[in-house]
Amino acid sequence: MTAITPDIIAQHGLKPDEYAKVLEILGREPNLTELGIFSVMWSEHCSYKSSKKWLKTLPTKAPWVIRGPGENAGVIDIGDNQAIIFKMESHNHPSFIEPYQGAATGVGGILRDVFTMGARPIANLNALRFGDPAHPKTRHLVAGVVSGIGGYGNCVGVPTVGGEVNFHPSYNGNILVNAMTVGLADKDRIFYSAAAGIGNPVVYVGSKTGRDGIHGATMASAEFDEKSEEKRPTVQVGDPFTEKLLIEACLELMATDAIVAIQDMGAAGLTSSSFEMASKGGLGIEMNLDLVPMREEGMSAYEIMLSESQERMLMVIKPGREDLARAVFEKWELDFAIVGHLTDTGRMVLSRHGEIVADLPIDPLALASPEYDRPWVQPTKRQPVDAREIETVCPVEALKTLLGTPDLASRRWIWEQYDHMVMGDTVQRPGGDAAVVRVHATGKGVAITTDVTPRYVVADPYEGGRQAVAEAYRNLSAVGALPLAVTDNLNFGNPEKPEIMGQIVEAIRGMGQACRELDFPVVSGNVSLYNETQGEAILPTPAIGGVGLLADVSRSATIDIKGTGNAIVLIGETKGWLGASLYLREICGREEGSPPPVALHRERRAGELVRQLIGDGLVQASHDISDGGLLVAVAEMAMASKDQIGVALDAPSTLPLHAWCFGEDQGRYVLEVRDDDLPTVLEEAVEHDTAVRVIGRTGGHVISVGGRAIAIEELVKVHEGWLPAYMNGTVE
Amino acid sequence: MKAAIIVFPGSNCDRDVAVVLEASLGYRPLMVWHRDTDLPDLDLIVVPGGFSYGDYLRCGAMAAHSPVLREVKARAEKGTRVLGICNGFQILTEAGLLPGVLMRNRDLRFICRDVHLRVETDATDFTRGYQAGQVVRFPIAHAEGNFFADAETVKAIEGNGQVAFRYCDADGAVTEAANPNGSLGNIAGIYNPGRTVLGLMPHPERLAEDLLGGSDGKTMFDSLVEALS
Repeated sequence: MTAITPDIIAQHGLKPDEYAKVLEILGREPNLTELGIFSVMWSEHCSYKSSKKWLKTLPTKAPWVIRGPGENAGVIDIGDNQAIIFKMESHNHPSFIEPYQGAATGVGGILRDVFTMGARPIANLNALRFGDPAHPKTRHLVAGVVSGIGGYGNCVGVPTVGGEVNFHPSYNGNILVNAMTVGLADKDRIFYSAAAGIGNPVVYVGSKTGRDGIHGATMASAEFDEKSEEKRPTVQVGDPFTEKLLIEACLELMATDAIVAIQDMGAAGLTSSSFEMASKGGLGIEMNLDLVPMREEGMSAYEIMLSESQERMLMVIKPGREDLARAVFEKWELDFAIVGHLTDTGRMVLSRHGEIVADLPIDPLALASPEYDRPWVQPTKRQPVDAREIETVCPVEALKTLLGTPDLASRRWIWEQYDHMVMGDTVQRPGGDAAVVRVHATGKGVAITTDVTPRYVVADPYEGGRQAVAEAYRNLSAVGALPLAVTDNLNFGNPEKPEIMGQIVEAIRGMGQACRELDFPVVSGNVSLYNETQGEAILPTPAIGGVGLLADVSRSATIDIKGTGNAIVLIGETKGWLGASLYLREICGREEGSPPPVALHRERRAGELVRQLIGDGLVQASHDISDGGLLVAVAEMAMASKDQIGVALDAPSTLPLHAWCFGEDQGRYVLEVRDDDLPTVLEEAVEHDTAVRVIGRTGGHVISVGGRAIAIEELVKVHEGWLPAYMNGTVE
Repeated sequence: MKAAIIVFPGSNCDRDVAVVLEASLGYRPLMVWHRDTDLPDLDLIVVPGGFSYGDYLRCGAMAAHSPVLREVKARAEKGTRVLGICNGFQILTEAGLLPGVLMRNRDLRFICRDVHLRVETDATDFTRGYQAGQVVRFPIAHAEGNFFADAETVKAIEGNGQVAFRYCDADGAVTEAANPNGSLGNIAGIYNPGRTVLGLMPHPERLAEDLLGGSDGKTMFDSLVEALS
């Protein structure tokens, strides 16, 4: 038997004080299998030990929330006995090491989190962050991640309908791959993971267990160094075909009364799934590991318990229903094995080759994982910049440049590699403010978006956290959907550094405040820390996945300009905030300034106004104003227009022109409104106490402002050109 | 008219085509599991899109040898109409019901987007609702849709009027720029010599409702219902 040395303990990522706690819980030394189990259960990835204290402060309740954080995914009520189940999760570390498989298994994992609760997945989204386009690895990583997401999502037959992509040098050594799945379930048929019924069989289904992915969760809880490439064997390999079969088999069995509890095997595989089910049910489990379907011979108990092989689930079945369940999985040609049963001991007892190989108390592991109150310092906030001190460039030339920059260029090259139409319910395809998917066989729609502006968060984590939530709220409102709830995916550097911990604390505080004031609770989420390479942290990136509801999906608004001679209406206040803007970074080469502040009460009123106008059919086209400001938003509406209809803008003289065009003031929308509807729109805005102004008129095929004009065709060329050219290697 | 949709492990457009066919038919078509070999009387068999058997080995290769496909072939020989969409087209070529092969796309990437197609003939049960030369818009979603056949086969396909659809631009011009995947002769879909079997890469079932962006595809299903009822 392997002796447990300080070296082995350190290799398992356990700190000396954590190991002391292990000894205290067990009253003896653990064996290697037991140490491995402690190590993954207490990894940052599984235990949230650095962030737990702060996550607890987020609002998680609303009358329409059926289940908040703590389950595999969050559950909200959308009426008519239907529920939407959703979550976002990171697969950052594996995707950097092996982009195709890392991203593919990220999609697979988040799908399982959703269908394990009884939902049929209806949409996938992805929030991606890559390094500097000029960095030698970036192109390879973009190609691999996109191809992996497509390869998995396309095969399982769930449409990939949206997401976001940023490029920044801080991600050179740590890309971010955050995958989100949204599923639809009957409200009265939601499945949870709490085991129940002493003696009930514990069943393993899906793929066989192999040696892949061992210690993936531990890897995801450490910084990268120059040896990270050596971790390639800890990246799992996905099989979307098996996942598709697993979805169908699980949903088929879920239509019967056979399942008591079910939990997917994600990070830390059989260990976390079995401990979680037992802990939530307050029970014990006895498992015979010899019965686990295995891909390879001679696997040890340690390897079986720590494997992160994909496409596997653990279930507790009602006694007497074993044959029914087995028949369903045999029909779909998946493994099905009764590997153990529930006990009343509160202990996990594992045997292999006739010997007890682990005997651990469940609650101390699952519930008493370390919780840290890590030291943190208030982040240094950047000072505001004065628009008058910022270089002025011809506005349409600046617009043309901006539309071809990596952060604003069209993502068509990416989303055309994703099947975004399968399932036959995609009402708004990628490219708009939010994706809109019809609730199958109903007139309702679900709107979905992912948002965060990392350059704001780094400049002021509190404001940046508020802005991420507000932008998600705005993107949903811009298509006419009532924002209901969010999932969050918090990506940060090393929490043991007080400055990074300060970013985490402040970003969560900002998010929490915005969620509270916008009635937009957090129902699920995931934390990814240690996104650092050789001491360099990523920009703090708390990605928000927002979900909203359209009572009548046929009324959703789109961004494309529909006709000529219509009014262009600006909703919200414009002060010309250029701090931390794309204009400042891309045109002036300055990453400075404090980010635009979010006034949540105004945000809420503007959102209510826009949703009402869209619902009343008074809006021809609608777009939120975000990255790049007003002129970029208007150009995006024109470029999306079927006939490339232009806009003549009338800038006010009260602001410097570049500040009006490119300021990133929050809480704003651009609407296209017919003259007949204009009086009502203006009245409603006053009614909602929201700033409103007619700023231009549609027509022609150019964007004109401040006496300058540029053809839409020219903008389209630049906008559509960058990413394909970059991926072909013709531009940096 | 009686219609059935074949479901393989890995099919993922079976429900989509069932929804659209139901809208034309007025009732739900029969869903046939790949192990079933006992088919009732049928007028139309649809082999839907997806990744049958995970597309392992080669797209459609394993499905072409499944038990149900033997039955589909026998029915096709007796004149039952067979429609293969996307992976279904790949399966029909692998099964020898249609000539040619579908290779990896020219750019080696999966492509999901709307394309324009020219309807080559309206003298079939599949296309009688269109007009020859009409330009329609269907989406494609595939990584292996690059139609290829040897010169003799192509000559025969062209000579017999077996080309069903060609990729074209919005004005109907069949150009290289309008060819999304490198298919020979911009071929997007073909018939068997009797024009009772159609295979095509684009998905008519995906644009069969205005709410989803267009309804050009619905005409194909309406045509079949009208012809076979």
